[in-house]
Amino acid sequence: MLDAIFGRLTWDSIILVQAVEQPNVNTFITASAAAMMPIGGVMIVALLTWMRWWKPLFEWLTSVDHKKIGTMYIIFAVIMLFRGVVEGILMRTNQAVGLNGGFLSSDHFNQLFTTHGTNMIFFVAMPFLFGLINIVVPLQIGARDVAFPRLNQISLGLTAAGGFLFMISLMIGEFSTGGWTGYPSFTGRLVNPGVGPDYYILAIAISGIGSTLTGVNFSVTIYKLRTAGMSFMRMPLFTWTALCTSILLIFAMPPLTACCAMLGLDRFLGFHFFTNDMGGNLMNFINLFWMFGHPEVYILVLPAFGVMSEIASTYSGKRLYGYTSIVAATMCIAVLSFTVWLHHFFTMGQSATVNAAFGVATLLIAIPTGVKIYDWLATLWGGRIRFTAPMIYLCGFFVLFTIGGLSGVILASPTLDYQLHNSQFLVAHFHNVIIPGVLFGILAGIHIWFPKIYGFRLMESLSRITAFLWAIGFILAFMPLYQTGLMGMTRRTVAYADPELVPWMIVSGIGSLILGCAFLSILLTIFVSVLNRKKLMVPFGDPWDGRSLEWATPAPTPEWNFAVLPKVECRDAFHDAKAKGTAYQPIEKYDDIEMPANTYYGFIIMMMASGLGFGLVWHMWWLAIASLLGAIATAIIYAFLPQKHNIIPAAEVREIDEAWRRAAREGRGVTRDDECNAANQGLARPDNITNP
Amino acid sequence: MIDPTTNLAIAESFLQPMGPVAAEQLRHLKTVTLLTLIAVVPVLVSMPWILWRYRRSKPTGEYRPNWESNLALEWLMWGVPIVVVALIGVSLTIMTFRLDPYKELGKDPLQVQVIGLDWKWIFIYPNEGVALVDELVVPEGRAVELTLTTDTVMQSLQISAIVGQIYAMPAMTTKLNFLAVKPGEAQGMNSQFTGNGFWKQKFQVYSVSKEEYAARMKKAQSSDLSLTADTYAILAMQGTSEEAKKPLAIENRKGPIEMVLDDSKIFQRVLARYMLEDMTPESQPGSPSYDPKKSSLPPASDKPMMGMEM
Repeated sequence: MLDAIFGRLTWDSIILVQAVEQPNVNTFITASAAAMMPIGGVMIVALLTWMRWWKPLFEWLTSVDHKKIGTMYIIFAVIMLFRGVVEGILMRTNQAVGLNGGFLSSDHFNQLFTTHGTNMIFFVAMPFLFGLINIVVPLQIGARDVAFPRLNQISLGLTAAGGFLFMISLMIGEFSTGGWTGYPSFTGRLVNPGVGPDYYILAIAISGIGSTLTGVNFSVTIYKLRTAGMSFMRMPLFTWTALCTSILLIFAMPPLTACCAMLGLDRFLGFHFFTNDMGGNLMNFINLFWMFGHPEVYILVLPAFGVMSEIASTYSGKRLYGYTSIVAATMCIAVLSFTVWLHHFFTMGQSATVNAAFGVATLLIAIPTGVKIYDWLATLWGGRIRFTAPMIYLCGFFVLFTIGGLSGVILASPTLDYQLHNSQFLVAHFHNVIIPGVLFGILAGIHIWFPKIYGFRLMESLSRITAFLWAIGFILAFMPLYQTGLMGMTRRTVAYADPELVPWMIVSGIGSLILGCAFLSILLTIFVSVLNRKKLMVPFGDPWDGRSLEWATPAPTPEWNFAVLPKVECRDAFHDAKAKGTAYQPIEKYDDIEMPANTYYGFIIMMMASGLGFGLVWHMWWLAIASLLGAIATAIIYAFLPQKHNIIPAAEVREIDEAWRRAAREGRGVTRDDECNAANQGLARPDNITNP
Repeated sequence: MIDPTTNLAIAESFLQPMGPVAAEQLRHLKTVTLLTLIAVVPVLVSMPWILWRYRRSKPTGEYRPNWESNLALEWLMWGVPIVVVALIGVSLTIMTFRLDPYKELGKDPLQVQVIGLDWKWIFIYPNEGVALVDELVVPEGRAVELTLTTDTVMQSLQISAIVGQIYAMPAMTTKLNFLAVKPGEAQGMNSQFTGNGFWKQKFQVYSVSKEEYAARMKKAQSSDLSLTADTYAILAMQGTSEEAKKPLAIENRKGPIEMVLDDSKIFQRVLARYMLEDMTPESQPGSPSYDPKKSSLPPASDKPMMGMEM
């Protein structure tokens, strides 16, 4: 009877119980992590009740506003980043003292590198970028929302459901130990019969479906909802990269879903897709996984490139150099990203011809990437460069990402891969492209667009410190790994026997602690900025002398984004309007605005998907079946319910919009001299340019 | 003879190459790095200069807010990476073919069969009739061809100072050809994560003179332990080779496990088990419920099996 209800879930599966039964360092660490969730949960409930925030909370959770959904993605990503950074620190400090064994048990360390990788890719980097894309893209193309607002909510719900499964594994059961790539047969039923790989498969498959839907949603949004005059070659670069990422998502996520589903069939129903025996072949999993995995790298880095393009031109007060080149290069990268997956396993025994072909294909990607970097440098040429936080990220990106590119070219050679594959050199390489590439782009993006959504800037001084901490922490934590990799140290090793590695590992451990400070510095920046928000207000909405349409709205941007949809006549439309003095012209005719109403659709799907995943992991078949049927029923019911809309009357829009436009026309604004002080209210005056 | 107490440094990486493959890899690393620097150095050099020249606070260059294209510069920006990539591409292709691990590096290479287990390697010398666990002895100057498989999850055998790595996978064979030209000791390892004992899965590679090699084989041939299906099943239990000594009842013996081949086809039988059997948690090495008593190898098939070039 109990088995029917609880499946294979027993009292001992709960981590806190394990800590009481076998107290040691490892169970103490896991138990502290596990305890943070119920304690955090109780604190959040108490806070919500105390502040009477339950109603606003549900207004957020049921919202279909792209700005709110984007914000929720980013909050989710920040929480997960906390976990990821702590895991990174644990691993690096363990290796710093890891000569012949550190303080972590092997099993604990193995779970840590698996959760760290899975988390950072699927639950930090992707939600961060989806958040930014959600917030920025509709504003940049002059739209009021995305093409499918309810689908957007469902995407968020599925990502959150994946995140729930991932987090609950901290408290109940265990996570996989097979690395973020989860290769069978190590993750197969015979070798790993526990719940870990099941958590892994379901968490990434469920959130992966959400990501596919995000790709569909944003490609349709960008194809169909561009405002009048916004032709493709007038789109801001961030929107271009978001389009490429969306296309990549549509094509790259299905192989992941498929290989997870097949591995699931192997595990749950005894199929033989990837087993050792009966004709199964693990090489197929590896191929499918990287058919997703390599484009994934570009799914992550392309939007970051988009942010870098925006920084280069905005913070040097200049047009982007080589717009066409950059667009072409971005598209090249998107297409080429599907032709190189084999370089993740040059060492699997295929012929030299195959290896050489994929090696050369990999090199080809270096061409458009190099072009982009030159183009950004050329953008700075002839500008007036302001060293605000985003520019610091851009400079860090120039230096560090280029080094990451160098190591990427080295790894593209099959000959060298025979030596460096699976080594710490590889670990150094992908952190070198993901931290200075993706993460710097994300953090700079948050700094830039934060005031757009909340109406106040982040503290400039603290943001700069944060940027430096990330850069220094990264250099100390990961540059030594290039050396240890060349010295023959493998990845995923809980301990090592060579004393020569110790000094490098100690430096790396110190670097990881600095990265921890960098994370805290983000929280501190936000906290201090919230406290000082009165001084940081930018109600006019254009704090950085922006160039694209998102800056042509007040801050915080109203629900409807644009009172009247703008018309675009050139690139850098808002900059052009400011130059002509037409940016804040009065508008004669306002219309009623129809906005989609809040819905519980996404929230219900999230609960059902979580139930389905949890039920499958623990073999609680009743829960899995009920959740699946519930999700299908929800979809059918909502398909028949008429979609509700809120009508915002023209008079209300007129009142708010006219007041803003009038104030902007009458205001003096500031030059870039006052960009970072309280005088900057988000109204930009033409900069006073000094020429030598 | 190989004396484990010698203080010669153990070569752990291709930075101290012991054979032509590793030496060429090191050279290729330098070539690729230098060529890539042609495209990288301009970025690193010009960035600080541009930042300084066009800093808003005190610029020394003219403000050109609408400058967005220059044909000559465009040619340079696309041209330099294309040329660099073309050069690296040629070098990469040549080296990939030259250092193909399937290519024999000399006439009649010494054949060694390798079975990867959790967390140890069995090196089978079919012609000499011996098997060594976690020790690979090769005559200096003679080409060697390893044929690899595993009897658990995927592994990757790497001997950095001599050759690099190749995956070893169950039910399949892969090959790794190499040649050691200097006498000495190198470290070999598994570089593909395989579970708790993964980090301990290292082995010693000795490159020795012909005479020393013959003596080493002779010593192994006189071992009283033989590699049968039963002793193999014990070796297949999770643990290092040191930990395997106890169940083999040789816990007081120093040095690597040496065995006489009882059946010269044990490697083929390990491969065959995945073709013929439906594996169970008890019979699959690497599974937590693996039981050597319930895991038997099938007889070797007479016909060659698919994917095997034995």
